[in-house]
Amino acid sequence: MHTLRASTLEPATAAFDYTHPAGEPWLHTVRRGQVLRIIDLEGNQAVDTLFFNAADTAESYSMTDTMVRQGGIYLSTGTVLYSNRGNPLLTIIADTCGRHDTLGGACAAESNTVRYAPQKKFMHSCRDNFLIALAHADIGMGKRDLPPNINFFMNVPVTTEGGLTFEDGVSAPGKYVELRAETDVLVLVSNCPQLNNPCNAYNPTPVRFVIWDAQD
Amino acid sequence: MASDMNLEPHVASLAPELDPARVLFTETFPGGGHWSYRLKRGTTLRFIDIDGTANVSLLLYRADEKLERLNLPDTLKAQHTAHLTAGHVLYSDMGRILASIAADTVGWHDPLCGVSDAGMARARYGEQRYQEHRNAMVRNGRDSLLIELGKWGLGLRDLVPNVNLFSKVGVDADGRFGFVAGHSAPGAHVDLRLEMDVLVVLSTAPHPLDPRPEYQPGKVGLVAWQSGTAGADDPCRNSCPENRRGYANTELIYR
Repeated sequence: MHTLRASTLEPATAAFDYTHPAGEPWLHTVRRGQVLRIIDLEGNQAVDTLFFNAADTAESYSMTDTMVRQGGIYLSTGTVLYSNRGNPLLTIIADTCGRHDTLGGACAAESNTVRYAPQKKFMHSCRDNFLIALAHADIGMGKRDLPPNINFFMNVPVTTEGGLTFEDGVSAPGKYVELRAETDVLVLVSNCPQLNNPCNAYNPTPVRFVIWDAQD
Repeated sequence: MASDMNLEPHVASLAPELDPARVLFTETFPGGGHWSYRLKRGTTLRFIDIDGTANVSLLLYRADEKLERLNLPDTLKAQHTAHLTAGHVLYSDMGRILASIAADTVGWHDPLCGVSDAGMARARYGEQRYQEHRNAMVRNGRDSLLIELGKWGLGLRDLVPNVNLFSKVGVDADGRFGFVAGHSAPGAHVDLRLEMDVLVVLSTAPHPLDPRPEYQPGKVGLVAWQSGTAGADDPCRNSCPENRRGYANTELIYR
């Protein structure tokens, strides 16, 4: 289920163009009809991402609705990202990577103690990024608003025997995914700081966000 | 307690090898039912698929801090699995073990597909409202869980992805789902041992990918008994180093 599709949009015509450092959070509103491109600048960087209906943030990205309504686990061109009310939040309209994960969740101090070792709880994590971004935004959101997320550019295959594996990424420098907002959405990103997992070569790197206004 | 509720015949039919003196209560859920209950650690819940057609959409919350809740991505990646069976545990988002699967005659429970909602149920079964169908009306998993969550002051933001007991959905090489019909047999059971004081929330509405066109969700038996928590040599504790660390995290808060 690799559905590669390149975009015709040119960054020169973008309304917003921003390179975001490794390991940091990003909270941004994307309006209905706008297109968000996320570029994996150096390759195999996990971009942990949640989406919320900007008008009512109790309505959030739903991993299970998105998978069940498309009948499979991988996100790529054509995937509609559904909310926990069954509404489309965004559609993936271009993808030069071919596969993105939504099973692996976000790293956290607490899960690091389980997966790696007790002393790893003091390392920086995506959960910490989500929490500090929401705390600074001061919009009434917090830990309760953190359902399972998308990991753009991550490759987490499921085997036919029901195993879960973290494979080397299928991404590479410059690969991107592009999403059209179907409603006004709040985008919450942690540009993953995980240093314990070989899938990013133990080297978190920056990503670039480009936004185009609605084309009409 | 057993004599007051006359549990023996029910236990004898649902869980004959259990000592009735250790049984706390029993219940039979109709298909499409919903339920929630606060339970102490060391309680085991045996769910029985009475007719071989059941699905139980299950959520767990820490009883005294409901912001701590079932986290399926953490559960799956800690144990390198995309299905659940005996030997697996269910992790909270705080690196602790809410419950463990102490026994299982089914072999595969679905942690990927969540619940149906009103639109999905209407598309599959048509309109079957209360006015015409009374309590045989179609109930969907999402609304059923929201009703139970509401009883505890919880709502949509607390409705995280659930486990679907008795249902199997395979994933092929291209990542496509395949619902396995007839996966669970009549009388099959799974024992969920609670390792923390928890709020259990469940719906017995059909699995969202169950292709059967008629709304005929299966009924589910429940026997709750005092089992104690996982011992030092327990298979769930020792199935992987991650789970030993998860139990250490869990037991720290009960010292």
